[in-house]
Order: sequence, then structure tokens, then C-alpha cells
Amino acid sequence: MIHFENVGLRYGMGPEVLRDLTFDIPKESFQFLTGPSGAGKTTLMRLLFMSLQPTRGLIRTFGRDISTIGREELPLLRRRIGIVFQDFRLLEHLTTYENVALPLRVRGKEEASYRSDVIELLKWVGLGERVNVLPPVLSGGEKQRVAIARALIDRPELLLADEPTGNVDPPMARRILSLLVQLNKLGTAVVIATHDLTLMDRFEARRMILADGRLEII
Amino acid sequence: MSEERDPREKDGTERAPAHKRGAALRPTAPIVPPANVSGRALIIVIAIMAFLSCLTAGAVTMVRSTASAWQSQISRELTVQLKPVEGLEMDAALEEIRTAALAVPGVATASIVDRAATERLLSPWLGDDFDIDALPVPRLVILTVDEDNPPDDEALRASIAAAVPQAALDDHRAWTDRLVAMARTMSLLGLGILGLIMAATAMTVIFATRGAMAGNRHIIEVLHFVGAETGFIARQFQKRFLLIGLQGAAAGGAAASFVFLSLAAWQAMTRATPLNDQATALFGRFLLPWSGYVWIVIVIAVIATMTTLTSRMTVIRAVREIDKLRADPSLIDFN
Repeated sequence: MIHFENVGLRYGMGPEVLRDLTFDIPKESFQFLTGPSGAGKTTLMRLLFMSLQPTRGLIRTFGRDISTIGREELPLLRRRIGIVFQDFRLLEHLTTYENVALPLRVRGKEEASYRSDVIELLKWVGLGERVNVLPPVLSGGEKQRVAIARALIDRPELLLADEPTGNVDPPMARRILSLLVQLNKLGTAVVIATHDLTLMDRFEARRMILADGRLEII
Repeated sequence: MSEERDPREKDGTERAPAHKRGAALRPTAPIVPPANVSGRALIIVIAIMAFLSCLTAGAVTMVRSTASAWQSQISRELTVQLKPVEGLEMDAALEEIRTAALAVPGVATASIVDRAATERLLSPWLGDDFDIDALPVPRLVILTVDEDNPPDDEALRASIAAAVPQAALDDHRAWTDRLVAMARTMSLLGLGILGLIMAATAMTVIFATRGAMAGNRHIIEVLHFVGAETGFIARQFQKRFLLIGLQGAAAGGAAASFVFLSLAAWQAMTRATPLNDQATALFGRFLLPWSGYVWIVIVIAVIATMTTLTSRMTVIRAVREIDKLRADPSLIDFN
């Protein structure tokens, strides 16, 4: 589904933060992306999400070389990927329900056509009673689940989650992991960027370890 | 949305959660928040600039209309002057002039300024008890011309000269030319000021809109990352900023119209007072012609369009910046 070949990236005139990355993200796969702080996990997630282009190497996403994808085509391709940002990026004037429904709204769907789906998904992530709540009132774990629900609402082929358990307590972290595992069983490939070893020990999955800009896959 | 009450409430038991009752959701909020501090500040800035622009546009229209009226009044009249000459029977000569003038096509009326009127004209300078016969005072015949079919100057001059050779026709050309030049200068000056005010308005509205948009950058980013196309994002902001632009510009335009209407009402109510006479002499009538109101509507439309287009351009530029960083990570200075 996604293929990296000898990918390297540097910011500004600095050294390469990612070097010679070659790997695949197969369909319906589940993997953790880990490594020490500053190892480039977020940068790699941005490359996977096509919000960055590599300074060298080749990335093929859904069979397309991303260096050849035009500005107009990019949003359409991104719709096949769900992303959970480390800082959630929820719109504070929209309720939980409206934030989760946002990707469907931007696709021009009528509210009547997705209303029950959004409410079902919010129930699935345990927020069935928080549909009308604005983000400033939500706890960190609740915000995290809203962000996950927003990433999932349009059934993406790939879910990217950057530190999805970074702001929550261990029981909530287990719950979020369980949600992502269930999602994977339904057919979505999942990449979780985390440095939480306990979380990774809870589920047997491929581990992509970034260190000094290089990638090791276990 | 069901409005039915849960039957368990009768027993005093807990109500079912909102989503089980059919989730009483609020009406979907717009993607761009309807009101915030920067939005309200923008409405005020737009209202002030629209007020100044409409006031200037209205004033320029009024000046042009007044100048045109002056010009029309002056050029509608001609004067024939007859100086006293030895042996000339003044009253008979004036009558001959009147008859000769009326015979020329295009002369609508011809009236002799009689002795009493001549005395009244001169009394401010010579006093009330001077003897008009003791002085060589010229006498006048005032002609009014048909504006749609004005007389041929040469034919009129020849006709009057044939009747009374001593008479002189004054067509006020020198005076009219000066007035036309002054009216044109005032119009050009007004248009220049209007141009400057409009340019200042454009700059202020554009910068204020960009300032208000700066607080919404995160919305553009989130929409971009959840797969919204640039056109969709731009439309959300355009709708919001069109409304802001219309609200501000309409408020400014309405205030300017109110000023003109109030001045016209004041002038009508205080007619024949020294203050009114002075104001009328200086500025003319404060009555804004209909074209003035058309200009006010045009100014409102232009300002609202500018606000809308600026928000659209800002969205497009923001998305391009995001894409530029994507295409060239060397532009990002942080890890």
C-alpha cells in the first residue's frame, strides 16, 4: 500500500533526520513506530501522510509516486488516510459530534446520510453521551478518542496515530489500543507512533524502530 | 429528534442517555465560527471606512450636481445692455430690442428691467434717493433661452444690432467659462479625494481581513488535513467574510445616507435663516441626487466584494504555503 525506497529527509541546512529508509506498509497490517524522542517519528508520520516530501528517495502511496501528485489531487488521496495528531487538532467551536463529522462534511455529504454513523462511532469509542460537548470541556483521553473517531469516520485504508496514548492514563491507553486493534481487524492498516514500551508489549505487532535517522524493523 | 419523554422518568429512574433518545443535537455549527473578537473588530473597521467612502462619494456627487446646476442657470440667460446715448429714446429702444430678440428662434422670453427694478439694483451702492435720470445708467433686457434649441449667437447679435445699433449683447461667456472651469476642477478634486479614500479603504479592509483571517489559520490546516479541497475551504471563509463585509459596509453606507438626509431635512426646516443662507451659499443644497445613493450602494458592494476576495486569497495562499513546505522541507527550520 505504501512503499519507501532509500528515503532521506533534512530540514533547512541541517543534517539528515531520516536516512535511507526502505520499507513497506502492507494492506491490513498493524505496526508500531518507535524510537527515542527526536528520532524523527513525527517526521516519518508526516511523510506517510504526504504532508512532507522527501529530500531524496522514492515514496509510493496507493501505487502513486508522491512527487508526481498535483496540488488538486492531494486532498482526494489523503481521504484514504486517517490521521490522529499528537495535539488532536480539534476545532474548538465545534462539538464532539461536529468534529467527528467534519471529514464527511468536507466531502459534501448531507448530514442526514451520516448522522447515525457518527453517533454509532462515538458510542464505539465510548463518547455516546458527550456528543454535544465542546473540546475545551473534554479530558485528554476524550479528546484523543474524538480525534481517533474523526480519523476513522470515513473508513480509511490506513490509520496513522501519532502518540495516541501520550496524554492518557494506562487504563485509557489500553482502551485506545484495543480500539485500534479492533479497527485493524476490520481491515484498516494501522501505524502507531509511540515510545510507550508497555503499550507495545500488550499487542504482538511489527515494530519499526527509528534511531539516528535509520530504521530497523523487528 | 424525538421530543417524547422517556417512560422511566415517571418512576423517578434515570433518563436514557441523549444518543439513545435520538441525540438532541444542536443545529450544525458553521465550519468558520460566526463571531469572535477579530470578526467584530473587522465589522467596525469596515463600517468606518465605508462611512467615509460613502460620505465622500455622496459629497462628490452633490458638488458635481450643484456645479452643473450653476452652469445651466448661468448659460440659460443672456443680457442685452443699452447705454444712454444723446438723442436715443430709451424706453422705445428697449422695446425694439425686446421685439427683435423675440423674433430670433430659440429665445424663450425677453423682459425689460424697468426703471424701478434698475433703481433697486443700484440702491445698495448709490442709496435710496438718487435720481436715475441724472446719471448715465445703462438699462437691461434679460433674455432666457430655450435650452433644447438655443438661438444662434450671431443671428441674435445681428438682429439686435439691426434694431438698435447701440445695444450690446452679453452672453456671459467669460463668466460661464470660469464657472465651468471651477466646476470641473471641483469635480476632479472630489474624484481625486474619492480615489484616495477608496484606496485607503481597500488597504484597510484588506489588511483588517487578513488580520481576522490569521486567527483562523488552524481551521484551514485542519480542513486541509481532513481532505478538504482548497475551493471548499475558500467557500467556507468567503461566506463568513461576505457577511462581515456586507454588515460593516451596509452600516457605514446607512450612516452616510442618514447624514445626507439629516442635512437636507435641516436645510428644509431652517429655510430663510442666516445660518442656512450662509451654508447654502457655501455648499449649495444638501440634497443628495439619486445617483449619490447609487454610488453608496456601489461602495457597499465593492467593499463587501473586497472582503470576500481577500478571505479567498488568504485561504488559497495559506494552503499554498502548506503545500510549499510539503514540497520543500528545507524551508522548515525546525525538527
